[in-house]
Amino acid sequence: MQPFDFVREHEVSTAVKAGSRDGAKFIAGGTNLVDLMKCDVEHPTHVVDINAVPLSKVEQVPGGVRIGALVRMSDLAVHPLIVKNFPAISQSLLVSASPQIRNMASIGGNLMQRTRCPYFRELTWTPCNKRNPGSGCSAIEGENRLHAILGTSDACIATHPSDLAVAVAALDGVLTLRGPKGERQVNATDFHLLPGNTPHIEHDLKHGEMITSLFIPDGPHAKRSSYLKIRDRASFEFALTAAAVGLDLDGSLIRSARVAFGGVGTKPWRAKFAEAALGGQRATPDVFRAAAEAEMKSAVAHRQNAYKIELMKRTLVRALSDLAGGVA
Amino acid sequence: MMPPLGPPLDRVDGRKKVTGGAKFAAEHNLENMAYAAMVMSTIPSGTIRSIDTAAAKRSTGVIAVISHLNAPRLGPAPGQPPAAGQPGAAAPPQQQGNFAEPQLIPFSDNKVHYVGQRIAVVVADTIEHAARGAELVKVTYDETPARLDMQQFREQGVDRAKSLFTKGDADAAFASASVKIDQIYRTPHEHHNPMEAHSIVAAWDGDHLTLYDSSQNIFAVQQTMSRLFGIPKENVHILSQFVGGAFGSKGSTWPHVVIGVLAARMVNRPVKVFLTRKQLFFGNGHRPETQQRVALGANPEGKLLAMIHEGMSQSNDVCTYAERFVRPTKAIYAVDNMRAINPIVSLNLPSPTYMRAPGESPGMFAIESAMDELAYALKMDPLQLRLVNHADVNPEDGKPWSSKSLKECYAQGADKFGWSKRNPEPRSMKSGRDLIGWGMASATYPAHRSPASARAVVKSDGTVTIYTGTHEMGMGTATVMSQLAAETLGIPVERVRFEYGDTTLPPTPISAGSMTAASVGSAVFGACDALKKRVAEIDGVDPATINAESYHTILSKHYLDDVEARFDAKPPQQEPHATQAFGAHFVEVAIDQDIPVVRVQRMVSAFAGGRILNAKTARSQYFGGIIQGIGMALLEETHFDKRLGTFTNVNFAEYMVPTNADVRSIDIIMVPEEDHDVNPIGVKGIGEIGIVGVAPAIANAVFHATGKRVRDLPITIEKLM
Repeated sequence: MQPFDFVREHEVSTAVKAGSRDGAKFIAGGTNLVDLMKCDVEHPTHVVDINAVPLSKVEQVPGGVRIGALVRMSDLAVHPLIVKNFPAISQSLLVSASPQIRNMASIGGNLMQRTRCPYFRELTWTPCNKRNPGSGCSAIEGENRLHAILGTSDACIATHPSDLAVAVAALDGVLTLRGPKGERQVNATDFHLLPGNTPHIEHDLKHGEMITSLFIPDGPHAKRSSYLKIRDRASFEFALTAAAVGLDLDGSLIRSARVAFGGVGTKPWRAKFAEAALGGQRATPDVFRAAAEAEMKSAVAHRQNAYKIELMKRTLVRALSDLAGGVA
Repeated sequence: MMPPLGPPLDRVDGRKKVTGGAKFAAEHNLENMAYAAMVMSTIPSGTIRSIDTAAAKRSTGVIAVISHLNAPRLGPAPGQPPAAGQPGAAAPPQQQGNFAEPQLIPFSDNKVHYVGQRIAVVVADTIEHAARGAELVKVTYDETPARLDMQQFREQGVDRAKSLFTKGDADAAFASASVKIDQIYRTPHEHHNPMEAHSIVAAWDGDHLTLYDSSQNIFAVQQTMSRLFGIPKENVHILSQFVGGAFGSKGSTWPHVVIGVLAARMVNRPVKVFLTRKQLFFGNGHRPETQQRVALGANPEGKLLAMIHEGMSQSNDVCTYAERFVRPTKAIYAVDNMRAINPIVSLNLPSPTYMRAPGESPGMFAIESAMDELAYALKMDPLQLRLVNHADVNPEDGKPWSSKSLKECYAQGADKFGWSKRNPEPRSMKSGRDLIGWGMASATYPAHRSPASARAVVKSDGTVTIYTGTHEMGMGTATVMSQLAAETLGIPVERVRFEYGDTTLPPTPISAGSMTAASVGSAVFGACDALKKRVAEIDGVDPATINAESYHTILSKHYLDDVEARFDAKPPQQEPHATQAFGAHFVEVAIDQDIPVVRVQRMVSAFAGGRILNAKTARSQYFGGIIQGIGMALLEETHFDKRLGTFTNVNFAEYMVPTNADVRSIDIIMVPEEDHDVNPIGVKGIGEIGIVGVAPAIANAVFHATGKRVRDLPITIEKLM
């Protein structure tokens, strides 16, 4: 770990100022940043502790809920507003990580977490375009059972690891960012970026900017939503596949649907093709399967992860079947 | 006399462990102590061209950077007998220590044999400064072609363990058998991953070495240090009071121990080494991948006529390890025609080593999977097939068993599980969306024993202290030895103190191979028995009259402060019996039809391991083995990148062991077994048998649930889709 200096800030404005220095990084729960510093992957020279910045409220606001960036995962997971009106958000948090990590990790930090690709994280001597741009990708021809099948490029097939980000993408979350030039909003689906030729650029967050809050709109999709995660181990594992789904139903008719995939994308994967295939259809297993097929047409498998294509389809069918309940 | 099932006494060190009072190796802090961090190689084969240490040396707190460029040569040259008078000269084999990589003495040359080899060490004033310094060491290499794929070199297997065993004519008997199974089974690389990372604190005082080590084998570490550093054994003091799990990975002296001791000598300060989880995946042993062919030939009644078990496992040129996966082949079923051999293929991978039930664990996966396949081919109940082939004497040498209660294990396990209600048809049992499968397998592990010594001292207040080297890795040694001493002396266990984990105490063997209870227990029993007789003799009374109060009374009466006795226990030269523990697992799995993740719903496992000293710690040992078996069956695999020559999933997020949520109901039956021949205390050892047979029992249940036979572990979702 490279030596760094450490400051604690108490206000958004001073935090942004401190975070704008060259080599600065914000730290909240530290469950990802500290790990990556120990792995010799992240090398901040200034670490700006924002835990004392007052961004820990969950508030009902017109049209939805506003979640402070520093709310802890474990607190948000059991917040009555979230449990009642945004079940997919609550469920995605409860199947994330372990209780100890959820107690520390913040909502903003969760959305910023970096891939678990071992070539990026642990095997720092191997080529990795994300860690060392231009050096190549070790995963494409290497050990890639857990890697992405959607949104990949010739430069990177690393999976985005967050569960929460998938639920947020499905439910049309909007992030508020604050930087030296002021405040701006960005849709969660636009926040994370595809790797393309620049896999080291993972999100639309300029240097010095920080996430201050997350807004999630109310609505029938949010109210009738769920998150299904499939993994080898019963607990404490990143997703092999995951589906966040929200349905606006009129009897067995799907007025419209919200769908996002986890464990399969290089970013939290909003499944627009699946949504289009569901809208206006009856909630039946055949329709669910057709929606899954529509989204997975663009999937690209590598040596060890072809199973994810079929598994993702089954995951979506299962999530929608369970969510539609008796009507399917 | 001794009951077959000892009382379930709580751990004597339980309070210490849960309150932080138990001091593990890395928790020892000495004055002026420095910290060492390893630099690992990043190529699988070649030579080091240069090591740039300039940036590391400039880094805050760094005291020294040590590598082959500046380290003194240790011990005899690899592969060369040492010259007379040199370190290690003329040492008989039992005194050569337990260095894991005899052909790779740390820092002896510039050769690189695998990724993760410890090629340099940075010593600094804090652990953080050392770690930072290690990151700054820049190494360049000249690479040579590496051997990385076992398949590619499968024709180059070597029977390093001299394992070839033949009986009758296996090929002819197989060829003429009416029912046959001939399949290949694979087990992956697995890592032990004990909770406590390997660590040492080393301190020199002149040519005397004090070493706190997380070790399963302190006396061998002592030999190793003596040999490598050229000092008398008496000058080496190893302490290992608490070990946070080992599973075999702390049985050898791994390079970090030698390097830490060397660093302490070179910087002239005590040095602490505390490996990272990632480092544990590279230089501290692993269970090597195996590929095993099992061919079974039987007659229509299920009687085995031929058994062929062969294949290969990974090893390398710098260690001596061979995975003996055919060891159980020779012990488990009665069959007249057999051929068994377990060659190794030497590759540029880190050194493998023994891991909980080495040999038996991967070997029985193959054998017991094949037996299940044979049962289906015969349309016979898998349990019935095993009863038909029960070995009434040891198949290897025809010796009678000292005791064997496998049939009781089958009967009690099957009864409690409800095995008779099983519909043998695959995919016939369902519950909601889940396919339900029932499977079973046998378990076995040899009852080993090695020489061990113990000393027992009684004081005039009637309290007793037992002194014996040995180790406590969590299995309950201190507890059961205290119980055994109390029982032998006829005193309450609260009056017994157990001192161990120190090479100044009477010598004991490695705590591995499920032999600690039998070996050390025989010594403790012998010492206590001798002590009791000595006290009786002092007062001229019959030892049978000695009770808990006699010690105080007799010592006081004769004005004695204390009385002691020592006993050196040795297994007999010629063992007239075969000694082996047995068991049986019965498993229920539930597998979602669409999303086929395997969940183990319940298990009933019955074991007969001789006398059980403590029902509670024994149950915990069995639990631990079974849970590790669930991991082996469903989760554990260290992935290896065959192009880059490196293990890849080198942390606890991607190398998965079972969590509590993966473990549902486990019901353990301890079948009472009296054995007067295995050793003086009738103990067979139970540390390893728990894991043996779990993976095949689960794989067999998966077949019953789904109709899919998975022959390569672990059984992950894609193999069932």
